[in-house]
Amino acid sequence: MTTQHVKVTVNGEVREADVEPRLLLVHLLRENFGLTGTHVGCDTSNCGACTVHVNGMSAKSCTMLAVQADGAEVKTIEGMANGAALHPLQQGFWDQHGLQCGFCTPGMIMQSAWLLEQNPDPSEDEIRLGISGNLCRCTGYVNIVKAIQQAAGELRAADAAPVASVTAS
Amino acid sequence: MTTETEPRTSAAIGGMGHSVKRKEDPRFIRGAGEYIEDVVLPGMLWMDIVRTPYAHATIKSIDASEALKIPGVLAVITGADLEKAGLHWMPTLAGDKQMVLPTTTVMYQAQEVAAVVATNRYAAADGVAAVFVDYEPLPVIVDPHKSLRPDAFVLRPDRGPDKANNHIWHWESGDKAATDAALAAAEVRVSEDIYIPRIHVASIETCGCVADWDAVRGQLTLHMTSQAPHAIRTVLALVSGLPEQNIRVKTHDIGGGFGGKVPVYPGYVLAVVASLTVGKPVKWIEDRSENLQADSFARDYHIHAELGATKAGKITSLKVKTIADHGYTDAAADPSKFPAGLFNVITGSYDFPNAFVEVDGVYTNKPPGGVAYRCSFRVTEAVHAIEQMVDILAHDIGKDPAQLRMENFIQPEQFPYKTPTGWEYDSGNYGVALQKAMDMIGYADLRKEQAEKRARGELMGIGISSFTEIVGAGPSKDFDIIGIKMFDSCEIRVHPTGKVTARIGVQSQGQGHETTFAQIIAEELGFDTDTAPYGLGTYASRSTPVAGAATAMASRKILDKARKIAAHLLECAEDDLDWEPGKFTVKGSPDRFKTIQEISFAAYTNHPQGMEAGLEAVDYYDPPNLTFPFGSYICVVDIDKTTGQVTVRRFVAVDDCGNIINPMIVDGQIHGGLTMGFAPALYESITYDELGNNQAGTFMDYLLPTAVETPRWETGKTITPSPHHPIGAKGVGESATVGAPPAIVNAVVDAMWHLGVRKIDIPMTPQKVWAILHEKGVA
Repeated sequence: MTTQHVKVTVNGEVREADVEPRLLLVHLLRENFGLTGTHVGCDTSNCGACTVHVNGMSAKSCTMLAVQADGAEVKTIEGMANGAALHPLQQGFWDQHGLQCGFCTPGMIMQSAWLLEQNPDPSEDEIRLGISGNLCRCTGYVNIVKAIQQAAGELRAADAAPVASVTAS
Repeated sequence: MTTETEPRTSAAIGGMGHSVKRKEDPRFIRGAGEYIEDVVLPGMLWMDIVRTPYAHATIKSIDASEALKIPGVLAVITGADLEKAGLHWMPTLAGDKQMVLPTTTVMYQAQEVAAVVATNRYAAADGVAAVFVDYEPLPVIVDPHKSLRPDAFVLRPDRGPDKANNHIWHWESGDKAATDAALAAAEVRVSEDIYIPRIHVASIETCGCVADWDAVRGQLTLHMTSQAPHAIRTVLALVSGLPEQNIRVKTHDIGGGFGGKVPVYPGYVLAVVASLTVGKPVKWIEDRSENLQADSFARDYHIHAELGATKAGKITSLKVKTIADHGYTDAAADPSKFPAGLFNVITGSYDFPNAFVEVDGVYTNKPPGGVAYRCSFRVTEAVHAIEQMVDILAHDIGKDPAQLRMENFIQPEQFPYKTPTGWEYDSGNYGVALQKAMDMIGYADLRKEQAEKRARGELMGIGISSFTEIVGAGPSKDFDIIGIKMFDSCEIRVHPTGKVTARIGVQSQGQGHETTFAQIIAEELGFDTDTAPYGLGTYASRSTPVAGAATAMASRKILDKARKIAAHLLECAEDDLDWEPGKFTVKGSPDRFKTIQEISFAAYTNHPQGMEAGLEAVDYYDPPNLTFPFGSYICVVDIDKTTGQVTVRRFVAVDDCGNIINPMIVDGQIHGGLTMGFAPALYESITYDELGNNQAGTFMDYLLPTAVETPRWETGKTITPSPHHPIGAKGVGESATVGAPPAIVNAVVDAMWHLGVRKIDIPMTPQKVWAILHEKGVA
């Protein structure tokens, strides 16, 4: 089987691999790069457990080839916390009991992060619609909605806070 | 009964009643959980499975030569290979037997036919595609009624000439003659057929394992995603002939179970055989289609129920005859004496003078059925039937369904209450729960709104379900699975530093056991919840009723010893000590005390002469009875006449699970359970065509509810502690899945009763509802 070289920036770190053209992005992340926080739940793009960000867009990594991500910036659940400091969504899921078995949680958090980037102040209906591509079998979604609302509030408050110092990008 | 209780311990200790945040969450929210697919061992190979497209066929030949030419493919295992070692059949937990791989005949679509072992998952899949199997299709039976006809072919000739039919077992309960007489004399009778379709738990993580055979040590380690690792180990020992002590079953984080991860699937055994064959660790992870087509199923009960009552609405008798479709083998995990589970709890919350229930198990060309779907041993089927029958009776005699329930409930003073089918309910207070649900939802106003809307031609319905559950299997005199008694255990070891390790016999798949079991210990001993529990299994809501009790009892043994040590340290008599969670104090001298941490240290450094060092205890808890959680649910639906779409506008759930360990976790369990009751009511079912083709083999066709259609659950509580449970708890994980579906069905029928609709089977899809409305001339 011929292979193709891919170079992907994952959570800010450049990673490379020689892969079969048919390799799925989720398998590149999990098996080549050892990032097992991204899960596979259905194979048909329904459950969203494999959700990551590709170039800032939410994407189901089980329905994308690794070679399609060549040159892309990919963010996974492992890139959400800043060291010991949890992302507000991670904190929200913990505080609000937004998870039980935890299997859908990484995809749910990645999709919610993208949702809040698009719409920082979503209504409950908008949140529910925004995560409707992610299935949870344990929680009944009530506490997931609360978790996202908590995080949305925190993120808005952080945005509104005066900036103490400006760093060059 | 009360509706709220104050925690006895401080928030710092975090005993019962505190919403302690879960100890397991930090790893999950960072993507650092370890699920079965995350397990990677050095040199690990992949296994994939060849499955039959036919539901019933003779295997004429299997040709693996092309598959073996594919780079990376190392071995192909067939039934003939297994037969040489006597491994082609295995026992089921129900005492039947099941093929690991077929040698002559396949019995259901997607049954395992061969296993391919390869260096990676893609090569294994290529190998599967290249194995050529020559099948001769055979006639198929998917309908259990046809299966029982005298001219039906025999699905399981392996059972011998004395069992030349498709009938597996007959089970009955109650007094038939008395029930027949009461029914014959009844002023009013309701008679209905109720079908509860085959459904699938569809946990978001599918099943899988990594089998690791160590030839040098003669040890097998099976990493897996199982709700019942100890039972799996026993079955593996029976099948493989390996000594049980040389088999280690290691469970990791489990991505949802709900009953589907109790059975022993052929894939597990195949992975073990593959590892034994190639001498390396072998991973098998099923994909979603395999999961939805071949793993064990729930429900598939064809129920015929007859209910007798007086004209005034006093119920007198219940007779139920049921056909249980088990597929081609009975692989349910019911206790040995209960092939239809606890289905005879079907008299529910009502004071029935007479009842008789019978169930017949039947084979068909389908995968094994009869496992749970987040419910305790067929209780959902029972509740589904009785709650619909009671509602239909109410409508028939023109009485409000809430009023009819109130008039027929077992009253608080009747407990302990012996049911006509032999159970002894320990406690209950059903009227209070229903009244609370009615108050929360504003029942009287809703009935007014419904009347106004009906006058305008709009379809709105209100449905009630006042269920009684039966959980916590179970007392060992009655409950075993393949001979293993269903007690459970806890071992607590207090370390010198005052930290605790607890080992429990049950397995978490999202319930938060690491947190709640620590809270029980905190409640009993006053240690904070920074405790480390680790784990016959978790199913049928038995963790809290059984292992939770064991944890409390082991804690109390620790406390007895701690009291002796405290008396020694404080130089006083044991009777002179007062206990509060966390410390012993000398009566009348509040400044003379020893904390549990000080006592822990002393247990290893300064214990009384003649006392064994250390602070540890084991308890094997054999419950004296089951526990009986209950609740009342009320649902409001609106039906779109033009599309048949049912919308659940409101859903109030009042649950009574006894004393509550962690209110946050209990509510989470109820939200999840409600959603898994809502799902089969409106969306989920696995159907087969006449050739036995599964018509819901992906999430495109098997519809799990998303956040959009899932109702915004409203919950309430009443608290009636179990009188025989050490901490008064009863179990909660499944109540809502049991109680929710009939509330939704009753609401939909209530919306259409005036059109002449008496009953509708689930799932109540828009297509089905529209067809009914169309037939009635409304749509």
